[in-house]
Amino acid sequence: MAKIIVVTSGKGGVGKTTTSAAIGTGLALRGYKTVIVDFDVGLRNLDLIMGCERRVVYDFVNVINGDSNLNQTLIKDKRSDNLFILPASQTRDKDALTPEGVERVLNELKETFDYIVCDSPAGIEKGAHLAMYFADEAVVVTNPEVSSVRDSDRMLGLLASKSKHAEAGEKIKEHLLLTRYNPERVENGEMLSVSDVEDILSIPLLGVIPESQAVLKASNQGVPVIMDDKSDAGQAYADAVERLLGKDMPHRFLELQKKGLLQRLFGGR
Amino acid sequence: MTADTTLDLLDNDPVFHLKGGMLTMTVVELVRLSHDHFARQLAEKVEQAPNFFVDTPVVIALDKLTDPINAAGLTKLLATCREHSLQPVALRGGEDFRALAQSAGMVLIPVGRQREKIIEAPAPQPTPEPVTSAPPAAAMPSGGRLITEPVRSGQQVYARGGDLIVMAPVSAGAELLADGHIHVYGPLRGRALAGVQGNTEARIFCQNLEAELVSIAGQYKVAEDLRKEQHWKQAVHISLAGDSLKISAL
Ligand SMILES: Nc1ncnc2c1ncn2[C@@H]1O[C@H](COP(=O)(O)OP(=O)(O)OP(=O)(O)O)[C@@H](O)[C@H]1O
Ligand SMILES: [Mg+2]
Repeated sequence: MAKIIVVTSGKGGVGKTTTSAAIGTGLALRGYKTVIVDFDVGLRNLDLIMGCERRVVYDFVNVINGDSNLNQTLIKDKRSDNLFILPASQTRDKDALTPEGVERVLNELKETFDYIVCDSPAGIEKGAHLAMYFADEAVVVTNPEVSSVRDSDRMLGLLASKSKHAEAGEKIKEHLLLTRYNPERVENGEMLSVSDVEDILSIPLLGVIPESQAVLKASNQGVPVIMDDKSDAGQAYADAVERLLGKDMPHRFLELQKKGLLQRLFGGR
Repeated sequence: MTADTTLDLLDNDPVFHLKGGMLTMTVVELVRLSHDHFARQLAEKVEQAPNFFVDTPVVIALDKLTDPINAAGLTKLLATCREHSLQPVALRGGEDFRALAQSAGMVLIPVGRQREKIIEAPAPQPTPEPVTSAPPAAAMPSGGRLITEPVRSGQQVYARGGDLIVMAPVSAGAELLADGHIHVYGPLRGRALAGVQGNTEARIFCQNLEAELVSIAGQYKVAEDLRKEQHWKQAVHISLAGDSLKISAL
């Protein structure tokens, strides 16, 4: 059975698109046929992070309007035969997405794909609502700061009341992904700790992604950071994908690393 | 078995029971007749606590009204109430209002022995809201709501006519309302308002007091004051002692 996973947050700029690209790629590399759908109509970032922006012909809105079919529109990833991207439109606004249209496209995708990863726009308005409405699972991306946690909390409330599963009396599976985690700033009391955030949101922790130079580097190159398996962020995302698939993995990168000389010379970062 | 014989067999089975009951009811006590002012002030009240007023049955009290009112005036008034989703069910006033009540298809309740007190609307309000409060025991009917999932920021839960029991965390930015008691078996970080219809006997119980606001029958304390309490972040029960909230360890 195809699974629809929404990557959502409420607050903007917390790492949803970075996460959608990483998780989608991770699932594909592990053999699952995966499509990443960009719901951020009007902004279109996913194709940049995936490095396929120059191959976009049609987009999500075209499919909804019947201007193109999925075969013409889906972009196959260069790195994995299992991975496809459904890009957002750059020229249209959020109103171009309709509930009926989105449902129809998702249903069609379900016939071929194992995983459908939906990259949600920021906010709790229509675009974000449509991205999460049909989801079976939700990855709630949160930064360790009060306003981000509050927005995630709000989003969890919406997932539990305003999604298709919730309306049918069922539960969406919720995962907390803490990103841009900086142990040093946590230690200095400038950021919330993992346990602070877990305590407030009280949903299972899918992973902690450290604040990392590797993310910016990867997105500039148009390569999902999970492909950079030497980097801390890449490894943390790989662990998160394993956990998403049900594997029990210890959490890493939570503590401040006191680097010794050898580590500095040959170090992982 | 035919329908008739079924009926015969059940002949003596009561199909209803008559029961005595007391209900707390919001009274809209008119002082002056001015439709514009009424519409505007009602809109303001409703805006302060939208959910409090949804489908709330109200009694329109005319006994304190100094201006004359006719059928047309009353119709207009009732329409304004319904626009704000109040449900007028009765008029209160002397015998001279009986014809008026009949014309509007409403019950006339005589002015009299009801116990009444001014309380504030559910959220702390600058101006008090007149509400009748039935005797405490009767104002706590059974019923109520049990919530087992977290109540998140932006969500509001109201246990109309009873107690509210939450067996999960209540986030900052969430709001609990109950006509009766509120129990929270998890951290209480949002707002909790018990006895919102004026029941001064209502109480709040929680395992971990980190609330943004607690209120009983309109008397409230905000986080800034609660933090100074020795029981902050502890298990407490909160009750009303006279005009102020009493917070004690559980
Ligand atoms: N773990 C990380 N370490 C360092 N930078 C990060 C990390 N995760 C994300 N970023 C940076 O944060 C910025 C926002 O990331 P991203 O676009 O993924 O967020 P978003 O939630 O999709 O934003 P929007 O709400 O605008 O869609 C980007 O510049 C990205 O490079
Ligand atoms: Mg994005």
